[in-house]
Amino acid sequence: MTNDAPAAEATESEEVAVDEPREARLAMISESLGDMLVDSHIAVGRDIWVRVSTDAWGEVADVVRNRLGLRYFGFLSVIDWMPSPYGRSMDSEVDIVLADAASSDDAAEEAPDTGFTRGVTGGETRFQAFARVSHVGDPGDFWGLTIKADIPDDTLAIDTWTNAYAGADWHEREAWEMFGIRFTGHPGLRNIYLPTDFEGNPMRKDFPLLARMVKPWPGIVDVEPLPATDDGAEEGDQ
Amino acid sequence: MTSVTDRQKLQYIAAQAADARVNVELETEGMTLNLGPQHPATHGTLRIIAQLDGEQVVHAEPVAGYMHRGYEKLTEVRTYPQITTLINRIDWLGSFANEVPFILAAEQLMEVEAPERAMWIRTILFELSRISNLILFLGDMGVQLGAVTPVFFAFRDREFVLDQIEAATGGRFHPNFDRIGGLRDDLPKGWLESTKGSMDKVRDFCDQIEDLLLGSEIFQTRTRGIGIVPTDVAMQYGLSGPNARASGIDWDVRRDNCIGLAYPELDWKVWTHTDGDSFARFWVRIQEVREAAKMVDQLCDGLPAGPVMAKVPRIIKVPAGEAYVATENPLGEMGYYIVSEGDLTPFRVKIRSASFSNMSITPWLLRGVYVPDIITILGSLYFILGDIDR
Repeated sequence: MTNDAPAAEATESEEVAVDEPREARLAMISESLGDMLVDSHIAVGRDIWVRVSTDAWGEVADVVRNRLGLRYFGFLSVIDWMPSPYGRSMDSEVDIVLADAASSDDAAEEAPDTGFTRGVTGGETRFQAFARVSHVGDPGDFWGLTIKADIPDDTLAIDTWTNAYAGADWHEREAWEMFGIRFTGHPGLRNIYLPTDFEGNPMRKDFPLLARMVKPWPGIVDVEPLPATDDGAEEGDQ
Repeated sequence: MTSVTDRQKLQYIAAQAADARVNVELETEGMTLNLGPQHPATHGTLRIIAQLDGEQVVHAEPVAGYMHRGYEKLTEVRTYPQITTLINRIDWLGSFANEVPFILAAEQLMEVEAPERAMWIRTILFELSRISNLILFLGDMGVQLGAVTPVFFAFRDREFVLDQIEAATGGRFHPNFDRIGGLRDDLPKGWLESTKGSMDKVRDFCDQIEDLLLGSEIFQTRTRGIGIVPTDVAMQYGLSGPNARASGIDWDVRRDNCIGLAYPELDWKVWTHTDGDSFARFWVRIQEVREAAKMVDQLCDGLPAGPVMAKVPRIIKVPAGEAYVATENPLGEMGYYIVSEGDLTPFRVKIRSASFSNMSITPWLLRGVYVPDIITILGSLYFILGDIDR
């Protein structure tokens, strides 16, 4: 795990291009974060990602806000990298046809596995916390940064960001009820959307989407002529 | 204690009261005031539980979730083209604007770019959504203060804009017009002229509202100096859009980080206000409607010719990767963080909606305000319940 230059597991084939302003920003970020930084990635012309160590998560918020001047809090959430045991619930007639067509179309080009299993900055655990903060300076001086951290599988807990960004309060409450991740030091992890007696964490991949399971969607009335079946003279791009 | 007479009791009470007056503040009994979930000021079903001390709020707790529809979960079982139908319903007053950042994020991952004409038409429809959304705010703000007339004007004049959206897309509220790689259709004949005509009506409406409300003494006393959000607090809570600009943050996604829309080609101005109070938030929004009308005029004049749809695969499969694209929606910064694993459906979509962050400031902001001001502050922060609850 090196901490400079675009991440090794970058999936896009754009490492050749260099994004000067973003490289400079990333250099600045990695200097401030020091060994808290685990991995980073630049999508040329688009965005920067960094992954920090779990223990440093709370401190990172302080560093990016006060030392790097990323004072604008965008959002904070959690991602569950476990593949859904229920598949995509693509079980209605129209979806099955669509999925079949898609898999037969791209079978050849799909073969090289991209190795994209834990996002652009990699990771080891099932859950990852990620947050977006931005620098808002003078007109035109605006850039954002996505920060990620692994959440240990055994404790399912990570530090809170509310000390640095007061706005993280609601976002962490949402992540707590949706994913069951505890944010250590949060002033009050209460339900924000769900009823207080709700059981389970709906956004986890192993939480079934019952509405979809009991009734296939969309209904048969919604079926349009499938793209694959009609004549594709003008836009056959495949 | 049988010897205690009424007289002694009264003396005791009087002494206590005197002590209290001299030594300690008179404790008034706290009261809990429940606003909503179905309060006219809540644009849906937001409930606010306010602990009061006399007329002042000690602690206010917004209760959201009455309309939570779980869009983030639902997007995981829908294909990309199907998702625009869903996300239309996030901010239902500016629906088209909800589709754009999602489509742009998907296009970024697919490395597809919409043709220039599609970009321009997207920008026109985006600004029309902004106008129709903010017009309603301008009228609604009057209702919060007890002035009923402006809201009728708002509903009347909003139709001119909705008619244009309907003429172009077929839907008044939920166009579902944006596609990965462009738009579903080109504009109908004569649409540009009639749109420019309706922009004149929008400008008239702004003048009218300004006459009716902005100069009114009651309006000014009820909003000036009420609900002040300092710059740094606004940043911490992630306030965006007009709310941030009313707190003196000179930042607009349209100008500073414009992706895939035609804003850099236009001549327009970002309005800010330094006061950060309810009045500033109202004032900034009036200017934004005017600015949007100006932009639509320019867009209609300069609309380039060409196709409105790029060449995209017939079956949309988005390559593996992550992308976050945000746009300046009527309510503020709205973004979609898409994680794709190269499938027909996204692996995870995080919807960053503006109202959620804008409302998260309310417990901080409502502390210490007087009860009638709760309504004006909430009104001026301007939220759409669908945008909080998603």
